Amino acid sequence: MNDLLSIDDLGPAGIDELLALSESFVEVTRRDIPKIPALRGKTIVTLFYEDSTRTRLSFETAAKRLTADTMSFTAASSAVGKGESLLDTVRTIEAMGVDAMVVRHQCAGAPHRIASWIDAAVVNAGDGRHEHPTQALLDLLTLRRRLGSDAFRGLRVGIVGDVRHSRVARSGVKAFDAVGADVTVIGPPTLLPESLDGWPARATTDLDDALPELDVVYLLRIQRERLGSALLPSLREYTSRYGLTAERAARLKPDTVVMHPGPMNRGVEIAAEVADGPASIITEQVANGVAVRMAVLWSLLGSGAPVA
Amino acid sequence: MPDRPDQFVIKGGRVVDTNGDRVADVLVQGGVVAAVGRRVEGAPVLDAAGCVVAPGLVDLHVHLREPGDEDAETIETGARAAALGGFTAVVAMPNTRPPLDDAAVVASVLAAGRTAPCDVVASGCITKGRAGGELAPMGELHALGVRIFTDDGAHVGDAGVMRNALEYAGSLPGAVIAQHAEDPTLAAGGHMHEGAWSSRLGIPGRPGAAEATVVARDVMLAELTDTPVHFLHLSTAAAVDIVRDAKRRGISVTAEVAPHHFTLTDAECRTFDPVFKVHPPLRTDADVAAIKEGLADGTIDAIATDHAPHVPEAKEQPFEEAPPGMLGLETAFALTLGELVEPGVLGLADALACLSWRPAAIAGLDGHGGPIEPGRPANLCVVDPAVRWEVDPSRLASRSRNTPYAGRKLTGRVRHTVLHGEPVVVDGIAQR
Repeated sequence: MNDLLSIDDLGPAGIDELLALSESFVEVTRRDIPKIPALRGKTIVTLFYEDSTRTRLSFETAAKRLTADTMSFTAASSAVGKGESLLDTVRTIEAMGVDAMVVRHQCAGAPHRIASWIDAAVVNAGDGRHEHPTQALLDLLTLRRRLGSDAFRGLRVGIVGDVRHSRVARSGVKAFDAVGADVTVIGPPTLLPESLDGWPARATTDLDDALPELDVVYLLRIQRERLGSALLPSLREYTSRYGLTAERAARLKPDTVVMHPGPMNRGVEIAAEVADGPASIITEQVANGVAVRMAVLWSLLGSGAPVA
Repeated sequence: MPDRPDQFVIKGGRVVDTNGDRVADVLVQGGVVAAVGRRVEGAPVLDAAGCVVAPGLVDLHVHLREPGDEDAETIETGARAAALGGFTAVVAMPNTRPPLDDAAVVASVLAAGRTAPCDVVASGCITKGRAGGELAPMGELHALGVRIFTDDGAHVGDAGVMRNALEYAGSLPGAVIAQHAEDPTLAAGGHMHEGAWSSRLGIPGRPGAAEATVVARDVMLAELTDTPVHFLHLSTAAAVDIVRDAKRRGISVTAEVAPHHFTLTDAECRTFDPVFKVHPPLRTDADVAAIKEGLADGTIDAIATDHAPHVPEAKEQPFEEAPPGMLGLETAFALTLGELVEPGVLGLADALACLSWRPAAIAGLDGHGGPIEPGRPANLCVVDPAVRWEVDPSRLASRSRNTPYAGRKLTGRVRHTVLHGEPVVVDGIAQR
């Protein structure tokens, strides 16, 4: 693997391998000194064209815990404002000598373009509506740590909300399918993909009908801008039809877990008491993000020597 | 060949035009066809053995980028690419900077075209600034010879404005209103065909209905105003069906398709390479099949390239940020041969009709499109239908490199092009 652009780059075996590696990095992150010299001398740059705190910090923390040097680029504070093109920007950064570029961009496929332009490894940290593969991996890791490594086969996962505009959903559907889970995407027709041709998932617009069967309820963030483009009448109506309210949560099976990639709109797609309740594994998702990103960076840049 | 010979004979070719298909030599003298027949004597000789001799091709739809974007293409480089593609006349779209909504700008384009190796025919805007509001001075532009009026790149969205433009054009002999049929409210924010691939790739889509709804509306406006409408670059099965139905009902509509819309599909976008980004977008296999059917049954009148050069930097961007458009002039004939004639969708004469005499008729270009007979202007192309070649972007005559066919092996290439009796391309080499 030279780059991680899409869950498609991994396949079931690749996912399994990364999850196993991630488990060992979880152990590292729990040490008193949570740092190993695995990537000493390597330089990793985070190249973020979109605002993000958790993903960027998570990657930078992962790199630092592997003793890599890090550089941080954000479009807001760069020559992009002076009209520098993406191609010139990445070539300039590469010329400084970087081993990996972690890219977040508002356009689908931007990391694929970058990977075709430079020799350094490229990690997709979210490209437009397309994919966010490390999010899907950390979701799988979180589930595996909660439910056990043999729990994926036949696991009923419902991804609820703005699937159409979601890179988390596009990576998630592929990743859940790859490990043997059974995926349903759920939302109003205007927020489901225009076509599900080629998606290993079923779709329904009826959350209440699907809810009692689900083992995992994965909620997506609803963005206010969907109202302006006439995709939704109101957030209140969305909550009443698709929000995981306390009443709906009460109808879940006792061992069903609730996930959210963050940042949450409490009171819109998820009620505060559900987000903070016993079924929620949202905080673990964030915690596992660092270990998964350590595993990805180490897989791309590591020497192949034993990890710790 | 000597420089600018006043007389020469095109020898040993198979002459295909509206008069039929026969082996004949063509004597060109003083800019016109002097004789057509077996064993016409004359010198020098332009060898056409194994080749098809046809009226020069006519492209209703090219973007020459001058004035305003001469780093992507100029009238001269675009006309050279056209000549190498077998074209003797091209209609330059008006989305230049400034746009062709003003007599002085049109006059400057026509003046630059006079020394080009291909006749450059200016189109004119329908509305000022292609903004869809006030009418451009269509009468003034018509007086300069403009016949095709279009806001191409943008669509005339206001049905009332479109109706008025059609009615007004009715007073200008030969004027044709040409619509870029894509409803921007449906296509808003989209960068490729909306369907399985866009949903999978997460690239916002432009639904086929954005085209079909406009075509349906404009068919009704053509009927209301009894004025012809020409549809630019149709790309969907639904639009082809609407045009077919309109023609059956006797409504005066014509339509063109671009080679990329019968050659490529939206699956190409999976690499995220914006060389495959174009408006209207590459569609599905079913749309490609419908376009071929429309060509076969005459619903589609013309093949037009929508040649749209862009500087390399413009396409070295993420898909969603790159401008739409692809080169077409130097590959159109071979793609027509390979995708339509070879599989039997069109006979050779019908294919040449789509590339030459039907577009010449739509644009009112009496000197182009043949037939090849004594006294007619010698605007001709000689094409070798058997030669195999590979598309090498660096060897194209266009100033830009954004061909989606890089590395593709094509069959059939233009050997000679004759413009007003002057061989402007000889053995595949531009003479000026």
